[in-house]
Amino acid sequence: MQRIATGELRLVELSRHYGDFVAVDGIDLDVPAGSFFALLGPSGCGKTTTLRMVAGLEEPSAGRIMLGADDITNTRAHQRRVNTVFQSYALFPHLSIIDNVGFGLRRLKVADWKSKAMEALAMVKLADRANQRPRQLSGGMQQRVALARAIVNRPEILLLDEPLGALDLKLRREMQIELKRIQSEVGITFIHVTHDQEEAMTMADTVAVMRDGHIEQLGAPAELYDRPATAFVANFLGKSNLIPIELIEPGVAVITAVTPGVKIPVAPQTIPATISEGLHLGIRPEKVHLASGGVQDDRPQLVGQVSDVSFTGVSTDYLVRLEWGQEFTLTQPNDGTSRARLGERVTLTWDPKQAFVVGAD
Amino acid sequence: MAFALPGARPRKSAKRRRGLFVPAILLLPALIWLVFFFVVPTIALASQSLQTGSIYQGFQFTWAFSNYTEALSTYWSQMVRSFIYAASATVFTLAIGFPLAWFIAHRSGRFKNIVLVLVVAPFFTNFLIRTLAWQTILVDGGFVANVMKATGITGFLNWIGLVPNDSLLGSPFAVICGLIYNFLPFMVLPLYTSVERIDQRYLDAAADLYSNGWNTFWKVIWPLSLPGVVAGTLLTFIPAVGDYINAKILGNANTTMVGKVIESEFLVNLNYPIAAALSFVLMIIIIVMVSAYVRAAGTEELV
Repeated sequence: MQRIATGELRLVELSRHYGDFVAVDGIDLDVPAGSFFALLGPSGCGKTTTLRMVAGLEEPSAGRIMLGADDITNTRAHQRRVNTVFQSYALFPHLSIIDNVGFGLRRLKVADWKSKAMEALAMVKLADRANQRPRQLSGGMQQRVALARAIVNRPEILLLDEPLGALDLKLRREMQIELKRIQSEVGITFIHVTHDQEEAMTMADTVAVMRDGHIEQLGAPAELYDRPATAFVANFLGKSNLIPIELIEPGVAVITAVTPGVKIPVAPQTIPATISEGLHLGIRPEKVHLASGGVQDDRPQLVGQVSDVSFTGVSTDYLVRLEWGQEFTLTQPNDGTSRARLGERVTLTWDPKQAFVVGAD
Repeated sequence: MAFALPGARPRKSAKRRRGLFVPAILLLPALIWLVFFFVVPTIALASQSLQTGSIYQGFQFTWAFSNYTEALSTYWSQMVRSFIYAASATVFTLAIGFPLAWFIAHRSGRFKNIVLVLVVAPFFTNFLIRTLAWQTILVDGGFVANVMKATGITGFLNWIGLVPNDSLLGSPFAVICGLIYNFLPFMVLPLYTSVERIDQRYLDAAADLYSNGWNTFWKVIWPLSLPGVVAGTLLTFIPAVGDYINAKILGNANTTMVGKVIESEFLVNLNYPIAAALSFVLMIIIIVMVSAYVRAAGTEELV
């Protein structure tokens, strides 16, 4: 029954319903072998349900799960070469650390399970804790044991269900780096579920943003950040300023929030072909430049009054009230240029190619 | 303490003032109770077991260890039988009680409290009456007897020696059934409290780590249930060994258990020293077995 490990996962119109509630709504997904893939979304978006269906802990209502060329939809959890790092770690309290890590190997009847488990513990730097019980270890250590326990089985796919959620910020950063290192070392496909957009972007090669049971957008982190397809993605990944616009001619839009509308240049390549109604122009806070006087060239410009200034060290965050009352967020690096003061009238300008256009949410 | 409440005493002196006085006062009723109703009777029983004489001429303390040899040589078969019956009843109550406890803890949903009350409900009826009811249940020509005969179960029980003749009553089978029935709640309740604390996520983790149902049960569920298993088996086994009601009501002369023997030595034969010696032997065997069992189960390692 030996099959060639590919580590390539494909979900085909996968759904999960609980009565009337649709947790996962027919998602299609291709996860290439050896990639670090993140499922990102707010709580209740169906990301954990998707993960549990891949693990075999939850039965799909419809659709198929393919591992390489094999359809594993109807196999049981213990038959799948897939392992999970659980959010709560779920370490067995009655077993020592080494027995926890060796648990899967012993079920697989691996003869030298003990030395393999010790190797895995060494990889997460916990070899000296092998004979202790889970409750004697700190949260961060338990997290690493859970990782070792899953990875030691060399699964085709490793599933991580918000594994860093219970750790404090400093430990979380350390573990993010650690996870990336381990992933590149072992080359297993990682599927990481998280609601932390920063975590998803720093760790994953590809991020799928989920919302209400479907995939809103999929792509590399930079692509999602610079070219969000929807207002939801634009707001979920970092901050965005969204201004309602209408296209009046190629390359020119008019801001519909005020009458008479303010004309504003828009880069044609940023305009989605499929949507024409309720368009919004989106600009990231750090892509805006602040000018105290007027700007001469034909770049877009908006005028407003500084309503809040907060100094964060690396940069200064401003809130600028535009003439129609919208608060515009922007971030300026503290690179020695003069800073605007509270109440000052300022002009905002940006490169049209750095902006994006999305439909109404 | 800058923020101490006005009038609050510093903790240290309060602790010293309390000393051992309050714990002593609180423990006193239990201590008095145990001294009068456990320590004194145990000493009296030990002394009785080493006396000779009769109820009419009075008993004298004579270090009569022969009472023990006499008691054991006369009643060793009832003694062995008691342990066999109690052990089988304990195994069966565990086999029946474990799935029941699991169901109540994890599958009964909003009916959990109702099912728990149902487990305890038989206690509202007298022990004796419940056992007498089993006479009716197992009566010759009754529904149970007919079904068991028709399906060949009676034949099988006869073959393994649990039902000596065609009648279900007056057999080891009936006595063990009575024991199982009467002690089931004592097994289910401690099992329930243990099993209820088992996080369902451990089962997910076990399945994820290549365990089928069998392995998940023996490698995860069973070890985590051990405190309940130990408590339940002790609460069933110990009273079942000394039980005499079930053997008396549901058994016959060939199913007599040691509890029944002690009862008739005390109340019918009025042979107090032999009865006391039997009681003592029973107590010592149980204490030795239980300590070996608890040590082997290693429950102190568990949370």
